[in-house]
Amino acid sequence: MGYKPVFFATASGHIGGQPLKHPSTHVEYLGVSKTYDGEQWIVEELELTVQRGEFLTLLGPSGSGKTTCLMMLAGFEAPTRGDIRIAGKSVQGIPADKRGIGVVFQNYALFPHMTVGGNLAFPLEVRGMAESERRARVDKALALVRMSGFEGRLPRALSGGQQQRVAIARALVFEPELVLMDEPLGALDRRLREELQFEIRRIHRELGVTIVYVTHDQQEAMVMSDRVAVFSHGRIEQIASPEVLYEEPARSFVARFIGENNLIKGEVSEVKGGVCTVQVEGGAMTATHLGDLSRGDQTLVAVRPERIQLRPDPGTYANEFTATVEDVTFLGDHLRMRFNLFGQADFIAKLPNIVGHGAVLPDDEVRLGWAALDCRALNFVDI
Amino acid sequence: MPRARLISLALVLPLLAFVGVTFVAPLASLLSKSAYETRVHDVIPETMSVLDTWDGHGLPPEAAFATIAKELPSARADRTLLRLSGAANRLRPGMRIFIAATAQRVPRAEFAGTWRETLAGIDEGWADPQTWRVIKQAATKFSLRHYLQALDLEQRPDGSIGARPEQERVYMPLLWRTLVVSFFVTLLCFVIGYPIAMLIADSPPRRRNLLLLLVLVPFWTSLLVRTTAWIVLLQRQGVINDVLVSFGLLGDDTRLEMIYNMTGTFVAMTHVLLPFMVLPLYSVMRSIPENQLRASASLGASPMQGFVRVYFPQTLPGVGAGALLVFILSIGYYITPALVGGSSGQLISNMIAYHVQTSLNWGLAAALSSILLAAIIVLYLAFNRLVGIDRMRLG
Ligand SMILES: Nc1ncnc2c1ncn2[C@@H]1O[C@H](COP(=O)(O)OP(=O)(O)OP(=O)(O)O)[C@@H](O)[C@H]1O
Ligand SMILES: [Mg+2]
Repeated sequence: MGYKPVFFATASGHIGGQPLKHPSTHVEYLGVSKTYDGEQWIVEELELTVQRGEFLTLLGPSGSGKTTCLMMLAGFEAPTRGDIRIAGKSVQGIPADKRGIGVVFQNYALFPHMTVGGNLAFPLEVRGMAESERRARVDKALALVRMSGFEGRLPRALSGGQQQRVAIARALVFEPELVLMDEPLGALDRRLREELQFEIRRIHRELGVTIVYVTHDQQEAMVMSDRVAVFSHGRIEQIASPEVLYEEPARSFVARFIGENNLIKGEVSEVKGGVCTVQVEGGAMTATHLGDLSRGDQTLVAVRPERIQLRPDPGTYANEFTATVEDVTFLGDHLRMRFNLFGQADFIAKLPNIVGHGAVLPDDEVRLGWAALDCRALNFVDI
Repeated sequence: MPRARLISLALVLPLLAFVGVTFVAPLASLLSKSAYETRVHDVIPETMSVLDTWDGHGLPPEAAFATIAKELPSARADRTLLRLSGAANRLRPGMRIFIAATAQRVPRAEFAGTWRETLAGIDEGWADPQTWRVIKQAATKFSLRHYLQALDLEQRPDGSIGARPEQERVYMPLLWRTLVVSFFVTLLCFVIGYPIAMLIADSPPRRRNLLLLLVLVPFWTSLLVRTTAWIVLLQRQGVINDVLVSFGLLGDDTRLEMIYNMTGTFVAMTHVLLPFMVLPLYSVMRSIPENQLRASASLGASPMQGFVRVYFPQTLPGVGAGALLVFILSIGYYITPALVGGSSGQLISNMIAYHVQTSLNWGLAAALSSILLAAIIVLYLAFNRLVGIDRMRLG
């Protein structure tokens, strides 16, 4: 049974596993494509590398192929084309039960006829572990998810959050190096979700296992991950750390999916160094240029609502326009204003609640400004 | 009572009445017939009312002799005498002739002062208290004699209860045979039905519907048609024997006896009852999420371990429901064994039918039915204790 102890086993009783200093590749998707019906490609030419000890999240809208990717790695589906490697070895043809990967399913998948203790002991029993060692492992795993004392309960006598904790413990108890979680918190309410997000992160830190996590909740992805792979229609749009995804979206899909962005249609009229000039409906805008657009290309310019300055000193920003206030929403620490800019009434700005900003009223004409660095010319898609 | 409740009560009343008339009443009458019967009693009602006060020691009072001397001849004229003499004969051989002879001779006998003397003059037996005890026992309205008979017990003349001689035991061996056959039919249905149900539950929707139809179509066909189809297949000159002979696997003179014996009963009953096993199993299997087996594989369990430890235990409520249904149905099975069972393949229900239709011993039929009912209830309670009826899933 090819699994190595990663945690629990240290002599001092210390639950070990530090973040690795020298990253090494753990999982590789090499040109993986998948179709179920032979017509529609659910995953296309996927190239993805997961580092050992990393927390990687697959983020994407429903139906974008995230679960399919995970199931191919777990061994429940076979790639139509391409290869998946774990620790450098192809896993093609290795059945799921020989891969030694922990999986947490969306709806828990606890065994309803076994107690919590029975569920946790199951993976150890099928590995032929002795009773005494089994018990020690089960106790430790339950302690890890703060569920000690629940051994004798049946799953149906647990709350949703407790069931998910048990499911996580069960996926960890046989000490896999790689753990997959498919929307594990999808069925929980918001508070529980946040609590468990924290717990999973803590467990990840303590154990140092590699986690591939699936969610369609971008906030969850941002909070938990070392890196996030943004999926759309079976392709990775961008894979980067949460900060980079937010600050430097490379594709307009990412700009739209992660956080809030104003997207303005335009055409590139000039490229010079790291910036380009974009002709938009009501004038010219200066935007950061990412290198894949050239003169004459259609583009979407993305501007974060919180990077917009109200009534800047003239000449401060490369982009300064006059807009009409449509409405103002008071949100305590900040004001959310909707403007009519270039004839479109959907330009959003989030402005801090400071002196002067409160005096802005609907139908006022105001000047707005933002830096070239805070607006990015991205690939064009029709929106 | 609030108006709304009155109205809802009025609405269910017809249904309650229907259940009462079609289910409770026949059952109650059946149960009462098994222990309470006036057929024999009404042959000599007046004698019986005199004997009511007789404690069974010594001879009964003169009045009993007087009334029976009056009632026996008139029963003979009414042709009801045989009921009494038959019932008495079952308790004590020789009573039939004894009573018939007395009834014939009383009108012509010379009155000897008391009826007691007169009857004793006709036959010594009337002076024996044992005779009277047998008559009272045979004609009593309330008695457990049918139950004794159904349980292969007898009341000895001295009043003690004991087992009948080996060769006279009929019903208990038959009941035992019925239970054994039902058990094996249930087992066969389980062994055949489980993989079928699994196959259906695992199929994609289109194929699933087709397979379900294949299970259900025989279900919709008349029981008689299905059973006779087996006759066509299994009989000595039937399809299977013909095929085996034509391939030279059997000689013409060594054709297999597959019907009109226990084999026929087994084959036909298993076939007829299979859907009752498949349907509950199927419905339980459908309700097991696919990711249960995936979870078990991800935890390192081989497909076999996954089946034994994760899948099968979760189908147990369906196994229980199917087994209980099949078992209870086969305990009471009647038509199929009657048609294909021959003499060695008959079950207890066939005996009940015989007593209802042919021997007209309804009391015994009722007692046998009650014992069957009791067996089923015991089974049901045991099942409830072991598995829990609320956990059982019928579909
Ligand atoms: N077993 C299957 N057979 C056929 N099609 C499938 C199968 N599993 C998934 N699909 C299809 O593949 C597509 C992607 O499914 P997948 O479950 O991978 O998406 P997802 O990103 O996990 O979505 P969600 O966030 O809703 O879980 C969907 O259109 C789905 O209909
Ligand atoms: Mg999914």
